[in-house]
Amino acid sequence: MGDHAVEALLRVGDSCLVLAQRLTAWCGHAPALEEDIALANIALDILGQARGLLTRTGEIEGAGRDEDALAYLRDAPDYRNVLLVEQPNGDYGHTMLRQFLFDAWAVELWPRLASSSDPVVAGIAGKAAKEAAYHVRHSSTWVVRLGDGTEESHHRMLAALDMLWPYTGEAFLDDEVDVAAAESALMPLPSSLLPAYRHRVEAVLADATLPVPPDPWWQRGGRQGSHSEHLTYLLADMQVVHRAHPGASW
Amino acid sequence: MTAATEIERAWALLAQVPDPELPAVSVVDLGIARDVQFDDGRLVVTITPTYSGCPAMREIEEDVRTLLAQRFDDVEVRTVLSPPWTTDWITEDGRRKLADAGIAPPGVRMLPLLMQGQPEACPHCGSSAVEELAGFGSTACKALWRCTSCREPFDYVKAH
Repeated sequence: MGDHAVEALLRVGDSCLVLAQRLTAWCGHAPALEEDIALANIALDILGQARGLLTRTGEIEGAGRDEDALAYLRDAPDYRNVLLVEQPNGDYGHTMLRQFLFDAWAVELWPRLASSSDPVVAGIAGKAAKEAAYHVRHSSTWVVRLGDGTEESHHRMLAALDMLWPYTGEAFLDDEVDVAAAESALMPLPSSLLPAYRHRVEAVLADATLPVPPDPWWQRGGRQGSHSEHLTYLLADMQVVHRAHPGASW
Repeated sequence: MTAATEIERAWALLAQVPDPELPAVSVVDLGIARDVQFDDGRLVVTITPTYSGCPAMREIEEDVRTLLAQRFDDVEVRTVLSPPWTTDWITEDGRRKLADAGIAPPGVRMLPLLMQGQPEACPHCGSSAVEELAGFGSTACKALWRCTSCREPFDYVKAH
């Protein structure tokens, strides 16, 4: 394993880390106490998955970077997350739709990663698979409830879908890193997850009385390091304490 | 003293380490403590997290090390992820202690969609008429349920 393994693992690890950071912004702000707790719990699981993957990435890279160095000391162009997860939270429906569009991917990815050729990655994925299955249950329920809810909630979900849909294709576009990672059996080929993803997403959108939008030009580049400006602000917020107090511990 | 006896003593000590978030049960009851072995004179305890983001792991690790250090000179605590923790590893003793503390132990998973299973009974009055209030609760491993007989809410350790 080498560079392609590091790149491929960062794509998943960073996606988890950035989404966890987005979700934690809801802590104390969600529309109901139960949902506040739910989002904090989901963020905690996803952050745990990110920590495991970043730690492992640092070990494989062999340059002495631990999870903290990778999380706090890289700038946006060094991040490899999909663009979907860095999109702003919007209203609660927007956040839950983004969550569902992520969970529906994660719930296909983790069971496949559980048979990764890297035993540590396989171990992380074995735990994450169970967590993702629980998360997607929660987020699908909310997409259906709000999509098939009041006129107001339906319109908000339509608007959220319109905004987020172009970001859902990126996770399934293979490049040379993905091909190399698949050849070494580290990870499944991203495109191989698409049929199951589409099946689930279309079924939930149908239940939610939301139309499946036509395929747009998929927004892409996050997995190669080209991000929207949203990520820069998110990282500034996440990294400021660590960078202001290098080496601090308590 | 034989190694086997020493390992038994280590397990007995581990049974005194409470889970920081579920203090009614120990790390042995919950199946978090997986293995105790001697490796070249060093006592090696293997633990596994319940959930990926369980914030109690570091505290558990320190509690285990501190308590075992009272009897053993050289203690190492290792964390493993595989095989992944499951609520099936909670012992019968652990299930009983949870129920006594007012926390419903994990129930049987009926359908793949019903990921968290269902409490078998209200831990307060024993009624099986229960309903889910929220899928997530006060810790990563719990959900919030309510008894429709006695009307009391209760924590439920999700089948996982």
